[in-house]
Amino acid sequence: MRIEEKFKQLKEKKEGALIAYICAGDPTPQATKEYVTALVRGGADIIELGLPFSDPVADGPTIQAGIQRALDGGMTPDVYFRTISSLKLHIPLVVMTYYNLIFKRGLEKFAKDCAASGISGMIVPDLPPEESDELQQVCKENEIDLIYLVAPTTTEERMNQILKEGAGFIYLVARLGVTGARSDVAGSTRELIKRVKTTTPRAVGFGISNGKQASEIIRAGADGVIVGSAFVDIIAKGEDVPVRLEALARELKDGVKGQQ
Amino acid sequence: MTLKLESKFGKYGGQFVPEVLMPALVELTEYYEKYKDDAVFNDELNHYLRDFAGRPSPLYFAKRLSREYGVKIYLKREDLIHGGAHKLNNTLGQGLLAKYMGKKRIIAETGAGQHGTACAMAGAAFDIKTEVYMGAKDTVRQRMNVYRMELMGTKVIPVKSGSQTLKDAINEAMRDWVANVETTHYMIGSVVGPHPFPTMVRDFQSVIGKEVRTQILEKEGRFPDSIVACTGGGSNAMGIFHPFIEEDVDLFAVEAGGSGMKTTEKEALHSATLCTGEDGILHGMRTKVLQNKYGQILESSSIAAGLDYAGVGPELAYLADIGRLKPCNSMDSEALLAFHDLCRFEGIIPALESSHAVAYVKRAAASGELGDIVVINISGRGDKDLETVMGMRK
Ligand SMILES: Cc1ncc(COP(=O)(O)O)c(C=O)c1O
Repeated sequence: MRIEEKFKQLKEKKEGALIAYICAGDPTPQATKEYVTALVRGGADIIELGLPFSDPVADGPTIQAGIQRALDGGMTPDVYFRTISSLKLHIPLVVMTYYNLIFKRGLEKFAKDCAASGISGMIVPDLPPEESDELQQVCKENEIDLIYLVAPTTTEERMNQILKEGAGFIYLVARLGVTGARSDVAGSTRELIKRVKTTTPRAVGFGISNGKQASEIIRAGADGVIVGSAFVDIIAKGEDVPVRLEALARELKDGVKGQQ
Repeated sequence: MTLKLESKFGKYGGQFVPEVLMPALVELTEYYEKYKDDAVFNDELNHYLRDFAGRPSPLYFAKRLSREYGVKIYLKREDLIHGGAHKLNNTLGQGLLAKYMGKKRIIAETGAGQHGTACAMAGAAFDIKTEVYMGAKDTVRQRMNVYRMELMGTKVIPVKSGSQTLKDAINEAMRDWVANVETTHYMIGSVVGPHPFPTMVRDFQSVIGKEVRTQILEKEGRFPDSIVACTGGGSNAMGIFHPFIEEDVDLFAVEAGGSGMKTTEKEALHSATLCTGEDGILHGMRTKVLQNKYGQILESSSIAAGLDYAGVGPELAYLADIGRLKPCNSMDSEALLAFHDLCRFEGIIPALESSHAVAYVKRAAASGELGDIVVINISGRGDKDLETVMGMRK
């Protein structure tokens, strides 16, 4: 399913989107299938599946540890696409990874593998628009949305350029720093939501961990929230993982529905 | 109108960083373009280079080593620079720029601890709070340097993620920078990272090669036939090579051959990136990288912590591709022998990093490949390595 279509459905229902991240293969490829199913049951609207890279500079300690578990568990791009192809989801699936893994596989092949395994979006945190012409082209040819990030430090000039090129949704980085769960909503987040003026859906990520934050962010005007570290924390603890993933997804989904 | 800096070297270089950092790179580039040829900035920098760092460093004719190796050898004595390595040339330049930019805090990564030490010196000299990320393994290998940094008021933060060496220290420093970009300058220690670092660090290190131009003309009335420098990230190499790029001088970048040219899925027994690496993206730049077939970065290896890096500066990757420099390598064992040669024949204790360059000259001199006159960049002194060398003798 294309991302745009999902946001359209949600808009009709007047709901915000819950975009749930976990790292594929954390701790095994088999577990990932089970966990994705749990997240979908809990109400996730879009699944963002990390393809683990050895040197994840945009990630904080929680997700770094998840990535390490996945690499230790034998996750590779080949295994990744095989795992994903067997998921058969009815909601959009987005790959999040670092540019070297895409570059090494070959941009064309990577995009084709994505399309063939049902992926409809790509997030590449170390690829700013300045360097992304080639990937952008290949993504368009394969009907995949290349999702761009904007940050509180993004200048007006760059913002305009990014908004022109961004597809699927715009990923608003809620605060300076790397990924990791926090309990509050930063003032800079509200300000950023106001600054990003576009018809493309806007989803806020980095630091969201509970339903209350999620609903505040939707009330501040965002179209969706992206939650990662809070889910990865549950996987790290390793107790009743599917049940607890589903419960947290439900809490967050209630938050973005405005029922918190 | 200042000239726009080159942001790419052929296909290499660029800015592959999280969006949060892009404005900081733009800002840094603007400041660097503004001050790089500014008279006041350069007067101040030259003052520090002369009176604090001890420049110019001598170019020394190594008589006994020349006789032993069978080629006329000059040593560029960066080991005599304050702190014991070429690293201070860069940190004084970037430190002064950080001061002009009004940054309140400096962060850096360090491998051997040489760059960290040079940061600590610059931080103290310019009165800017300094924090250095260092792989936990390296803090053990190089504990004297940790203490030196602490003496000068720098906080050393051990990095426990990944392989706990230089590459992980860079990752962690970049994460810190992402979180504190508005107040903090990231003082990268070599000609690596996103633009403008490779160009800027090269320019600050070019003082080495500029001095060699004058010094060798005084002594020989001509340029050398070849210049040999060890290469980790490549800053001492680019520093001595750059002023000779347009000249008829052969350039040799000597990487760490470690214990052999073998690699597995996860690690390389060496750090010979120019020799064996493949096109990739690491730490904000496109360059040659030690990686497996999927693009996962390998853990590199070398007896010299300062050469132990899975990437290399993008300009070196470009110069290697077009044939302007020759990538080569020396193994741990060869570097150790050369280390002892320089100690015994010349009374100079070189860094293990620099010993790789000496080792290559030892091997290549006989073939005539180096010509008649060769300059070796002795990028640092070996005091920091004494424990390692003593350990090898046992
Ligand atoms: C003495 C010495 N030489 C060489 C290097 C390698 O760095 P580069 O290749 O940037 O000169 C280091 C790095 O720490 C060093 O300490």
